[in-house]
Amino acid sequence: MSQGESPELRTVGKPVRRFDALSKAIGATVYADDFKMPGMLYGKALRSPYPSARIVRIHTDRARALPGVACVLTAADIGYAKMIADIPGQTGQRERRGSETPVLAWDRVRYKGEAVALVAAESEELAERALELIHVEYEPLPGVFNPVEAMKPGAPVVFEPDNVVARWKIRKGDVKAGFAAADLIVENTYRVPFVEHAYLEPESGVAWVDERGVINIRVSTQVMEHFRTIARTLGVPQNRVRVQGAFVGGGFGGKEDITTELFLALLAQHTRRPVRLVYTREESILAHSKRHPYIIHHRIGVKKSGRITAVQIELIADSGAYPYLTPYVLLYSTVMATGPYRVDNVWVDAVAAATNNPFTSAFRGFGGPQPCFAYESQMDEIARALGKDPLEVRRVNYLQAGDTTGTGQVIRHPPLLEETARRALEALGEKTPDHGPVRVGRGFASYFQSYGRLMWLHDTSQAWVGMEMDGTVVVRCGAPDHGGGQLSSLCQIASEVLGVPMANVVAYTPDTALTPLAGTTTATRQLYMSGNAVFQAATAVRRVLLDRASKHFEEDPENLDLADSRVFVKSDPDRSLPLVDLVRMCAAEGLPLSNLALFKAPFRDPIDLETGQGDVFPDFTFGTFAVEVGVDTETGQVTVLKNVACHDVGRAINPAAVIGQIQGGSYQGLGYALMENLIVENGEIKTPSLSEYLVPTAVDYPTTQVILLESGTGVGPFGAKGIGEPALTPAAPAVANAVADALGVRIYELPLTPERVLAALERAGDRS
Amino acid sequence: MEPRPIILTVNGRTHQVALKPNVTLLHALRDLGYTDVKNGCEKGDCGACTVLLNGKAVNSCLVLAWQADGAQITTAAGLGTVDHPHPIQEALADSGGIQCGFCTPGIVVAAKALLDRNPDPTEEEIREAISGNLCRCTGYSLIIEGIKAAAARLAGGER
Repeated sequence: MSQGESPELRTVGKPVRRFDALSKAIGATVYADDFKMPGMLYGKALRSPYPSARIVRIHTDRARALPGVACVLTAADIGYAKMIADIPGQTGQRERRGSETPVLAWDRVRYKGEAVALVAAESEELAERALELIHVEYEPLPGVFNPVEAMKPGAPVVFEPDNVVARWKIRKGDVKAGFAAADLIVENTYRVPFVEHAYLEPESGVAWVDERGVINIRVSTQVMEHFRTIARTLGVPQNRVRVQGAFVGGGFGGKEDITTELFLALLAQHTRRPVRLVYTREESILAHSKRHPYIIHHRIGVKKSGRITAVQIELIADSGAYPYLTPYVLLYSTVMATGPYRVDNVWVDAVAAATNNPFTSAFRGFGGPQPCFAYESQMDEIARALGKDPLEVRRVNYLQAGDTTGTGQVIRHPPLLEETARRALEALGEKTPDHGPVRVGRGFASYFQSYGRLMWLHDTSQAWVGMEMDGTVVVRCGAPDHGGGQLSSLCQIASEVLGVPMANVVAYTPDTALTPLAGTTTATRQLYMSGNAVFQAATAVRRVLLDRASKHFEEDPENLDLADSRVFVKSDPDRSLPLVDLVRMCAAEGLPLSNLALFKAPFRDPIDLETGQGDVFPDFTFGTFAVEVGVDTETGQVTVLKNVACHDVGRAINPAAVIGQIQGGSYQGLGYALMENLIVENGEIKTPSLSEYLVPTAVDYPTTQVILLESGTGVGPFGAKGIGEPALTPAAPAVANAVADALGVRIYELPLTPERVLAALERAGDRS
Repeated sequence: MEPRPIILTVNGRTHQVALKPNVTLLHALRDLGYTDVKNGCEKGDCGACTVLLNGKAVNSCLVLAWQADGAQITTAAGLGTVDHPHPIQEALADSGGIQCGFCTPGIVVAAKALLDRNPDPTEEEIREAISGNLCRCTGYSLIIEGIKAAAARLAGGER
């Protein structure tokens, strides 16, 4: 069996029940918050009430004296430790400037909610009481709350030497000549808000020091490899920190950075007792990263045909109080800023600035959705100005095989963009007529989005696959599963390659002591990377089995196959053996029935920093989202009437899981379009809980109709592409285009709230 | 106030516990080991802690344990097991309506309350019935399909 072919597949491609599904339905799955240890303490963090302040002194005496308090830690107690909040994983890359982030603040706080002290006590109540007894003397400092202001001379500096956290640029072709050759230039400014991940499971974990002196942390995380950062921050050897990954109750990028891990490790290290720490919902919203707000100036020149002659884009992102993954998110935005279009003349200037706002970092899409809102709005604006069909304008520009992206990366396989758009639009069916005050509009958006990490990171994933003596299979792979069915898909791949039913395969949740490191569950990389690693390992075991069977049957291994836990001769399936007999034959001869495989992503040198030119990602996913909305011109309310998502997923390993990913991503994207808005004023979150920060409920939007294209051209196992993040990206601009279609006037800022709709209607009224 | 002994009957098991008046049913249940009752917000916004209280679906974070003294409480784990799952649990697992699974026990319970009072609900009625249960992963559609399938299975005579 080799990759990319279309062999007769038995498990892959079937909508099998995920192996983790039933245990979740009966409530048996143990999440990080469900785990207890004997003698466990309860940890809590004290957080800054100011977005910007100097810490004069921290008084902990009264808290330390409270009976039942085991430990109070401030920065002074932990050696003023800083953690490297850089791109996580096993890359061994050197860290960036400014990536050092205080674990606990000591001289100043830079955002409201920054941790200042930790306590561990015999009960949660006592821990809360202890926090109240810590007195911190603050001297409030002027803050800066807007990235544009932050870059002006004289602005308060969030951290030295200045507030610029990252810059990227693209210089391709001749933009001046491109605009000179244009028949039409469309120029607009777009704005997108902070967005909260709002995973249902708040950050949580338990840590303890075991009999070897190893610090164990059982935690909800997307990144097992944080054990290295934890070790370095604590000043202990890396083999003395073990991370056990529980099933994650939703991540979406918010559990990519370290959350509770270091607090847990520090408290366990200092008390030598097990410690549990669970964020409240309010603490979760206060203390973890957010999606970046952007201001996007987008200028695009086209011929009368709609063909793009040049784009000039300025991206300004709010990094919040610390860099975290901002430089990388900004790089992704830069790379994807031109959209899925062939553009010969490109100029992109991207900058991220530090402010005293909540810090921003990874969130599903990782810098992809923000520019998509701008470039897809612009495509419709071009169509309107030229009096052309929006699909026609896109059609003459869509990337084709052999074209290059804005960074000059060659697209190797046909992206099927036009097909995704046609299929999505067709599926909308007959248009709903306007009714009463409701005007009906339609819109769509196409996108391209990477899967897999930056090519210069030397990304790897390892997986171990072994066959037991009874013909059952074990997969050990350190891939965190935060709900996408990561582990179940790995089981499915092993099941396919080894010809055993899914029920006979077990995959363990990740544990740095027991499962080979598989890298982060981020960047839509796990099916691609770990799927390939499991495929490799299972294929190696398969080879051993078939070689031995070849002697038995006196047949070429090519003429043998494994299915339904039997080995058989393809040309004469009656000649067969139970797999368990074959396994015994192999074991009797000491043949290896397990394999540890390492999959390496292709490597390229980093892009040229002056021109932004170079290969950036292993591959891209392409697709289109189409939507019909009703806009109530009296209330400003936008109602989604129909919506369709069509993506080329390469190959759907588990179609039910893929549809679930696309529907879930689309729903988040619709929330981004219409509802979600983390309001931050002067560094303070005005939507501090799920009562104020609204996420879509079951009654908000209708079902997303999903159309799967399976080109088989992906770089994942069996030709699969990644879909986790791409699913979200095109929904918001599609809605914006539909609302503009309904009203005849565009809204340039997300979310499209009733207030903004009414304001836009007023503008339209002024015009007419 | 001092702890007071109360009786919590959970999934058919009786527990006598002494609790202070400010302890929520959510915390009481989780402390008793019913960790299928999930803590997502502690203020009734997310529905992850939904249980049946005398047959009615409630957010257990909004009920004080004292208020549940003597009541029959059912959690998702009380509806079925791996070997004998409830048709709602089976159907949700089959439909693909379970991703991270953190909202799932609450949704199972909300669906049980719905199907008990309305064995053949429309899609709108299902959406309404689970509108107090947030799910951030699925977009709800496959959950709704699962609940529809469960209704059909139950009508066909399972349980």
